[in-house]
Amino acid sequence: MSAVVSLFRRETRLALRVGGGAMMGAVFFLIVVAIMPFAVGPDLNLLQRIGPAILWVGALLATLIGLDRLFQADHEDGSLDLLTMMEMPLAVVVAVKAVAHWVTTGLPLVVVAPLLGLMLNVDPDALLAVSLTLLVGTPALTFVGTIGAALTVALRRGGLLVPVLVLPLAVPILIFGVGATNAAITGPVPMSTPLTVLAGFTLLSLVLAPVAAAASLRLALE
Amino acid sequence: MKLRGDGLACVRGGRQVFEDIGFAVSSGEVLQLRGPNGAGKSSLLRLVAGLVRRTAGSLDLEAGEEDVPIAEQTHYVGHLDALKPALTVGENLRFWADMLGRSGDAASVDEALEAVGIGPLADFPAAVLSAGQRRRLSLARLLAAARPVWLLDEPTTALDTDGQARLFRLVETHLAGGGLALIATHVDLPLPVATLAMGGATR
Repeated sequence: MSAVVSLFRRETRLALRVGGGAMMGAVFFLIVVAIMPFAVGPDLNLLQRIGPAILWVGALLATLIGLDRLFQADHEDGSLDLLTMMEMPLAVVVAVKAVAHWVTTGLPLVVVAPLLGLMLNVDPDALLAVSLTLLVGTPALTFVGTIGAALTVALRRGGLLVPVLVLPLAVPILIFGVGATNAAITGPVPMSTPLTVLAGFTLLSLVLAPVAAAASLRLALE
Repeated sequence: MKLRGDGLACVRGGRQVFEDIGFAVSSGEVLQLRGPNGAGKSSLLRLVAGLVRRTAGSLDLEAGEEDVPIAEQTHYVGHLDALKPALTVGENLRFWADMLGRSGDAASVDEALEAVGIGPLADFPAAVLSAGQRRRLSLARLLAAARPVWLLDEPTTALDTDGQARLFRLVETHLAGGGLALIATHVDLPLPVATLAMGGATR
């Protein structure tokens, strides 16, 4: 147990210290959302309608783009070798790293989403709905992304490859995330229906993604 | 305790690095791997650590802990030092002590840093360490977590004479405590060692 705590603390420390890149996701999110009204034009009704979708697309890209260094840094400095020589199974290592990564990059997205929603003229009621769906859905994006991060661990410039690889897995999460938000705003389906499916995706990815990522890491180490 | 390898072979990147390598090391013994560059010394150590798959042969740790993979009873100190520049020296070592430590009488983090001669640097970020100091911090891992099998790949690289003397003392203490070690180095070790000559015939 102490090993889990120790790994989590190390990962969050590394992310939060200088050069760790914890806030890069939030900054990227801000850029995407900030330029959107300029591109769409000053049509408040249109912005209100597509606001939740923009927030979700921004959060999805911000989550996936930050993932490429998740294992690469440990691979380059030899830490990954040692992480495979422990009592703790590699899948648990992956899961702990993913949780720490979500806390330092995904959680800030959830927190700033309502603020950025104001820039898109999203309804005050809908702001909370967007945050709730992001809270439920972004962990799934992070965990699915670990598979891509593990596959590209040995590729130096694999950064953009991660979103491309896991996009097919991320699309259902996006559909149900935006679907749940729209259901909260306009109906007619109650919000809980798509939200439950989204929660299902998250739980599924929490269980399966670490196993898949650990397997591809072992292949990459050979 | 006895580590025994028989008929080991290793293929990396489609090249047969070595084949039919056998060795046996008992508690309190050192096996020094010698051979020209590219002979497969590092590959053999990584193979024993479970980091490279063996294509043939068998590997056993007799009288080791039951049902525990060899990798989990083994320390591997390779060319990469597994240090994070953003963390302090103490944080780096404490992390690996927590991660690699099984039960057992390991030295505390402070004692381990003291033993390799970088005790006063505990609160500095690892980014400011020199190459030799980084190597010392890597070696401190051996003490901070207790494991019976040590695999050291060119451990003297970048170490000054004081550092080398400290390293040899660590190995001596480890052997006296019933441990065993495989060391790949071109340096003559001031210890009674068995030598495994690699390269030449297998290339």
